[in-house]
Amino acid sequence: MQRSNTYLLPFLLLSLVLLFCLVLNLSFGSVAIPFSDTFTSILGGEIENESWHYIIWNYRIPKALTAVLVGSGLSLSGLLMQTLFRNPLAGPFVLGISSGASLGAALLIMGSTLFSHWLIFEVINDVSLAIASSIGSFLVLLAVITVASRIKDTMALLIIGLMFGSITAALVSVLSYFTDADKLQQYIFWAFGSVGNLSGTQLALLAVFILIGIILSIISLKSLNALLLGENYARSLGVHLKKTRFIIIIATGLLAGAVTAFAGPIAFIGLAVPHLTRQIFNTTDHKILVPAVLVYGAILLLLCDLIAQLPSSSYVLPLNAITSVVGAPVVIWLLVRKKKMIF
Amino acid sequence: MSVGYTSRRKNTAVANDISFGLTKGELVAIVGINGIGKSTLLRTLGGVQPKLSGSVLIKNKPIETLKSEALATMVSVVLTEPIASKNLTVFQLVSLGRHPYTNWIGTLSADDQSKILKAIKILELEPLQNMKCYELSDGQLQKVMIAKALAQDTEIILLDEPTTHLDLYHKVHILKLLQRIAHDTKKVVLYTTHEIDLAIQLCDKIFIMNGDTNNFGAPCELIECKSFEDLFPKDTITFNPETGSFKINK
Repeated sequence: MQRSNTYLLPFLLLSLVLLFCLVLNLSFGSVAIPFSDTFTSILGGEIENESWHYIIWNYRIPKALTAVLVGSGLSLSGLLMQTLFRNPLAGPFVLGISSGASLGAALLIMGSTLFSHWLIFEVINDVSLAIASSIGSFLVLLAVITVASRIKDTMALLIIGLMFGSITAALVSVLSYFTDADKLQQYIFWAFGSVGNLSGTQLALLAVFILIGIILSIISLKSLNALLLGENYARSLGVHLKKTRFIIIIATGLLAGAVTAFAGPIAFIGLAVPHLTRQIFNTTDHKILVPAVLVYGAILLLLCDLIAQLPSSSYVLPLNAITSVVGAPVVIWLLVRKKKMIF
Repeated sequence: MSVGYTSRRKNTAVANDISFGLTKGELVAIVGINGIGKSTLLRTLGGVQPKLSGSVLIKNKPIETLKSEALATMVSVVLTEPIASKNLTVFQLVSLGRHPYTNWIGTLSADDQSKILKAIKILELEPLQNMKCYELSDGQLQKVMIAKALAQDTEIILLDEPTTHLDLYHKVHILKLLQRIAHDTKKVVLYTTHEIDLAIQLCDKIFIMNGDTNNFGAPCELIECKSFEDLFPKDTITFNPETGSFKINK
């Protein structure tokens, strides 16, 4: 069909850019490794510097893969939220889902000292942290949805999402007040956001969560398109609203929850990437948007991570700060340029 | 049947004692003053909102026993609420009408394509096909929504105030089109309206919602029964049975 052809070229370009960013991300870091050597190492060839090989395979490749998963996952959850809430400003961060995950993580890391006698998760490991953040994000998402079913005004809903965010932030600060310095630091480092330091199991677990999220989104593709007309029209077109809403919420919770669990709260990617994608792919068809958003999100997060690494220096900036610095101006620029955000 | 809204505490009935039947190939209008429950009735008939009591039967089957996909192949609706995303192109919006027929991922078959193009052609939307909905005027958008309903290829088409944003010429144009659709393709076209004089001239049947008494019948029968005369307060507007129109009292 003519339609798929028009999108082939941007897809091809995006994939190339993704590959380029991947190699770029692998080449830069605290230790500068030349492009050619990075290539040889990835392709399985021998390079003279053994430690470079070690750095690439044991540190940078897992980190780059995490960045790809995190970027894709957040962007997809942002797209799902924007369509479900029919609001261009929706996203995992704005609707308080990320704060819910933060609360879950905070309760686990810092609450363990307070409630150790009844807490089931005595040991803070990757699995329990992921579960805690996912539960946290689910609970906030459910609360937002419950309120959403009563309130028709989506603007009010956004404010409610922000309020939920404030409540969870307040609870986290109460927890921080009572917790000891070690735990606090552990939490703060988690909250800075980072795609590094994930073990093989953690990476695999994250991949599984993201994959489930993507599969659930693919199942909902058709309904997502119908939702573009609004809920009443979608229902008149034969969409099972309850079921669809449930699937989309589960998908968002899994995507945003898992990402936040492993990489910390990463702001603005979920909100900005769907809009940036719509600039290139001038369409509302989710069959095009979902894959495009996945690739675009991966690219953007690889770049943000690259900046956060401060190439050739031994400092690493908080990833969360970088994505905000990149993401917030993008949203402002879109608003100023387009006068209104369409989706 | 009663229609209205349910909340946790109580059911708020908007309109009661509604009873009428529709047959194939009829253009039917629902008329009544603001707030009498025309749109509520239409949404209830379309399965968009639940009824309070009574029953809605489609081909002798209660509406609630029909699966939502099955219902979507029998009833299409055009509502007054704006569509959520105005970033859709005209073609995409019309093609969403094929939603109940497409496979799980929504691929359009050749048959779907031809039905979409036919609907676009009937509504004379070919030049606008690739335009975004935010670029259209309200009237054009209304035509696109009607095209979507046509593409849905249902036996029953429900429209909530389809002529609201149109000038007189386009009002008549759309209504004549709806009449043609009803007569030629043997569909039931039911719409709510405030243009009672146009409805009297074009519709096969009219349902007058008047609060306690609701009348249903062919326009000339209704005129004979003087059903239109109590529709508005007599000191401001009177109905002229000879011309089938309303006159303002000076």
